[in-house]
This record gives sequence, C-alpha cells and structure tokens, in this order.
Amino acid sequence: MATGETPESIDPPKVDKSAPLLSVRDLATYFHIEGGIAKAVDGVSFDVMPGEVLGIVGESGSGKSVANLSILRLIPDPPGKIDRGEILYEGRDLLKIDYDEMRAIRGNEIAMIFQEPMTALNPVFTVGFQIIETLLTHNPEMTKQEAFERAVLRLTQVKIPDAAKRMKDYPHQFSGGMRQRVMIAMALCCNPKLLIADEPTTALDVTTQAQNMELMLELRERREGGAIILITHDLAVVAETCQRVAVMYGGKIQEVGTVDQIFYEPRHPYTKGLLMSLPSTQTAKQRLHTIPGNVPFIMDLPQGCKFCTRCEEVLERCHTEEPPLHQLQGGQQVRCHLVEEDSIGTNLADIESAHSKS
Amino acid sequence: MRKPLLEVKNLTIGYPVWRGVLRRKVGEVRAVDDVSFTIHEGETLGLVGESGCGKSTAAKAVINILKATVPGVHQEGEIVFHREGGPVNLLQLSRRKMQPLRAEIQMIFQDPFSSLNPRMAVGSMIEAPLRLHTKQTKKERIDRVHWLLERVGLQASQADRYPHEFSGGQRQRIGIARALAVNPKLIVADEPVSALDVSVQAQVVNLLADLQDEFGLTYLFVAHDLSVVHHISDRIAVMYLGDLVEIGEADLVYQQPAHPYSRALLSAVPHPDPRADRTGRIILEGEIPTPLAKPSGCAFRTRCPIAEPACSKEIPPLTPKETGQLAACPYT
Repeated sequence: MATGETPESIDPPKVDKSAPLLSVRDLATYFHIEGGIAKAVDGVSFDVMPGEVLGIVGESGSGKSVANLSILRLIPDPPGKIDRGEILYEGRDLLKIDYDEMRAIRGNEIAMIFQEPMTALNPVFTVGFQIIETLLTHNPEMTKQEAFERAVLRLTQVKIPDAAKRMKDYPHQFSGGMRQRVMIAMALCCNPKLLIADEPTTALDVTTQAQNMELMLELRERREGGAIILITHDLAVVAETCQRVAVMYGGKIQEVGTVDQIFYEPRHPYTKGLLMSLPSTQTAKQRLHTIPGNVPFIMDLPQGCKFCTRCEEVLERCHTEEPPLHQLQGGQQVRCHLVEEDSIGTNLADIESAHSKS
Repeated sequence: MRKPLLEVKNLTIGYPVWRGVLRRKVGEVRAVDDVSFTIHEGETLGLVGESGCGKSTAAKAVINILKATVPGVHQEGEIVFHREGGPVNLLQLSRRKMQPLRAEIQMIFQDPFSSLNPRMAVGSMIEAPLRLHTKQTKKERIDRVHWLLERVGLQASQADRYPHEFSGGQRQRIGIARALAVNPKLIVADEPVSALDVSVQAQVVNLLADLQDEFGLTYLFVAHDLSVVHHISDRIAVMYLGDLVEIGEADLVYQQPAHPYSRALLSAVPHPDPRADRTGRIILEGEIPTPLAKPSGCAFRTRCPIAEPACSKEIPPLTPKETGQLAACPYT
C-alpha cells in the first residue's frame, strides 16, 4: 500500500519489464444457444507488454469484447463457456485458478472500465462508497479513514474538482465525461498492472473524449509499467493512443502490428478495407470506399477464412482453407493466404490448435 | 446562387421544467436560443455540436413534431418552408394544414433499432406514407415499395420480413427507403450513421450522397461525428448550448474555424493517422455547463481560452469573418 502518493505523483505498479504482462494463448469462448454454438472468440492469441497501450480493433460481432471479458472470467455461464486456451499472468493460468484467487486479481491487479458508466457504476450507492468498497475488499488491513483519503486522492488524480465533497454524490449527479473518469478512478484505485478499457470514449462528446483520453495517457505515463488494452471500433482513437494494434474479425485476430505498420502498411484485406472506408477530416469530398456486404451471422461463419465472403482479393482456397497467422519481417502478423510468400513462420499456438481440431 | 428551401428565423425553443407532485411548470430550458439559418435547395447543411447544444431539438422543430411530442413546449420565431405554392411558416400551421407538408419534409432517425416498428413488415412500413399522402392504387404502391427497396440496396423479396431480421445498416436503409417514398424535398437526418459500424457507415453515407444527386434532395444532416459531416456537407453550422456560433462553407469551417469553440471542437477530433501533428490540440477546461444554468452573454465564455470580461455582458451576434463564414465572436 503506497503512502507517499500525492495528486501529482503516483507510485507505479511493480512490474517485470522484460516479460509480457499478460499472454493470451488460443482463447476460445463459445455461447451455447438455441440453434447451435456461437463461436464468439475462436482461437485468439496475443501478448500485452508492460507499459504499452495495445489496441484491439473490430466492429460489432468481431469478438473483441468477449475476448477481454474472458480474461477476467466475466463471461456468463451458461450460455457462455471458455472452450479452451490459456491466459498467462505472472506465471499463473487465469483460466485454471480458483474463484477466490481470481477475485483477488480482478479489480486489484487487472481492472476494467466499460463504455456505459451508468451501467458499470451502481446508481444507489455514492461514488465514495463504491471506491472505498473496492479498496477495502482488496486491502483488508486498510482502515476506513485511509481508504477515504486514498479515494479522494484517486478522484483528484482524474481531475474531479472538489473531490472530497463529491465523494458523497451519486453517479447520476456527475456528467457523462465525469462518470467515465470516476470509473477510471475506481479501476485504478488499487494500482492495477493492467487496465482493460472497453470502448471508453464511444459514448462521449468529442471534446470530453479528448479530455479523457489525454487523462488516460497521462496516467499511463505516470504508472510506468502499467499497461492498457484499449478495445474500440474507432481507428482514430487507436492512432492517437496505441503502440500496437490487433484487428479482429469473425472471432479471430486477423492482423497484429505496431500502429505504424497497421496504418501505413496494412497487409490484411479487412484492415485495408477498414482504413479506406474512413471519412477523414483531411480528404476532399469523394465517394467513400466500402467493404461490400455485411458481417456474416455468427452462426453462419464461413468455413475457410472468415472474411472470404467480402474480400476483394479472395482466392479459391480462401473459402475452404483458413489461413494461419503468418509472421512477417518486422513482427507484423497477418492471417491471410496472400502474404504466404513473405511469411517467416506461423504463430505456434495457431498451428497447435489447428492440429488438435483435425 | 441556390434558392432558399427552408429559412429558420430567430427560432427559440423552450422545454418546460416540471417540479413537484402536482407537476407545476417552474421554469424553462432554452434548448434553442434565437437561432437563424437557411437551407438552400439541393444542398446539405451539416449541423454539429455536443451534448445539450440543441441540434436535435432544432432538427425536430424543422420537422415540426415538438408540439406533438413535448407537452408544454414553447416555440418562438419562424420556420419558413418555400414550397411550390409559396412560403409558409410551419410553426403557425394547424395539425391539419401541416399534414400534406409532411410528404415534403421527411426524417431519418439515429437508432435503427427503435425507429422501425417491430410489429410491421418492412414493406408495410415503406408503404404507409404512400397510403397517407398519395392516391396510388395498391399495385402502384407495392411496385414503388419494391423499387425503393432495390434502390437502397436491399431486395424486393425482403418486403415481407420484419425489422429484427435485418442488421443495423440494413435497417437504416429501410428508414431511408421510407423517407424517400413520397418524394420529399427536404430530408432531416438526425445522426443517421452514428450507431453503425465504420464499414457500414461508409455504405450508408454513399447511398445518401447518391440519392441526393439522383433526386435533387436537400439534407439537414445532424451529427456529432465531424469527419462524416465534413464529408457529406456543403455548409456547416456549429451549435453550443442553444446558440448558433458559426456557419459557413464546409471546407472553410473545417480548415479555418473562426469561433473559439469550433476551433476547440475541431482540434479535439482524433485523426486516424499515427503521425499526424497533434501539437496544436486545444483541450478545453471544465465541463459543458448544463442548459439549466446557461452562462450569461456568450455561453462559451466559461471554457473559452480567450474570454474577456465583456463576454459576460451580451450574447455576441454572428458577424462575417475575413475568411468568409459567420461566427459569433468579436475577438477572432
């Protein structure tokens, strides 16, 4: 428990900078519903390095939210079930530890913030109560007074004016942008190593979004070593805040790279299509490029590459043979047959999974 | 010079504030405060602003649905619609007199999930305005419905399906088909693509642009996504807490915004380019004040980086700037 913290200085979480903070390996989460099995996430692997902001980009139905809820084991069961995979965190597989161990990690070492602060914050308790409750749950030796002071400190750090007074307010007494910041304060109150932010700015006005993103980045800098997974559909926000990006479609990762690689050298046709369909404040009024067709119904995903029904560069084999995640020079990974000749290897977990299915 | 199609003159709209068990009116929130602008034939006027700015209220006023949907609403000013038979002030029309005009001014809504009646087959939904406003036979109407469905990128055979069988983007297309059915002159689109995924947004934006060219439509396009608005608009109007603070050619307002709020708004827009220069970003202090406590004089003064004491005294009028647009600030 850090005691030297002030509104200006934050004690960074203790993190081993040489290894990934979190390693997701071949995660699959299926929903058993009437009509069959919806494979919301079907073999997703990625690492989160200390101190980085990893963007996970995808449109509706891509599986990005389900993948991250799976990390914290927040998938309702039934109908959801984590079918397979490993989530390695500090030498433990989060999918295998028991309930109490997971509870000690959730909110304390890995925290999450959501798109709609009104549904994430309990409307019948004051904001102060909710933060104090989180602190006391994870720090049983803390006194109520210490927890109160720490909560006020956190609220001040997220730029809530008059923090001590506002501890007594209810969530509905804050504006949308401030509620979001309260949620950030609550998520960060125990100094977690990893923050998962699920569409944190989608529901906000542009100027508030800019304020909050600036705040999150500032906090990340001060919480040196702490990492953020930013889940969003907004490529512009990704360009502004992330170092690495993973693009998801149809429950799988289709491309991973640094933010420069993804924006300037996208190799996957879906990534290229997404980038080209963005109206940008810089371009002149021209017809927007579009990705033809619609996202296929989740129970009806194509056999081969999940994107084959809409891909403008599709080959025969794409319909029957799902491409592995190819590694390219420079670390970029692309799940597409078209990059096969540049491939220097394929993601190991991917091949293992393919073998286990056949 | 294009002819004016719709002129909003000194429009003020107040929503009542009710208190107590007996629901007495204790005050009023000025959602739109003395706003004037003109929409010309064939153009797209983009209306932007953040929460509480009044853009949705202004859009609903143009469609003239506030009296029917907001009990106790107070409307002042004029909304002059230039129809074939001559100009008419919509706010003064009785319900009966307004009815035929509804064929000429149609609306597309934001939420594709709540703007379609879940109990109606989509074909019937698109047919409804035809039944109301035309004297076509059943066969003529059905043919038109099929034609409309195909025109918006769906299939005639889907006319018997219900809304839940379609995706968000497809539902939005159905809403567009419905709005287009009776050949309106003006379509008010209130956040038509905000709820859609990026790739689908592009499809719908292209469709709206194509339809405008083909049918000579005029759009009032209300949105908060500035990139989309810039893409589709000829002119842009910026609102803040009920006031119109800037209006001008789209490119001009985007590249050389004249009002401090427009400048902050535009600089806050994230760019999908990791190497873009972000050094000039203006981060505003504080929150948007609640419309219940609108600051006196210039509403933006509480967050404005160049506010002067005089700003609290009078609401600045829209004045022409060197660059060509109108902006409500004497200091830029």
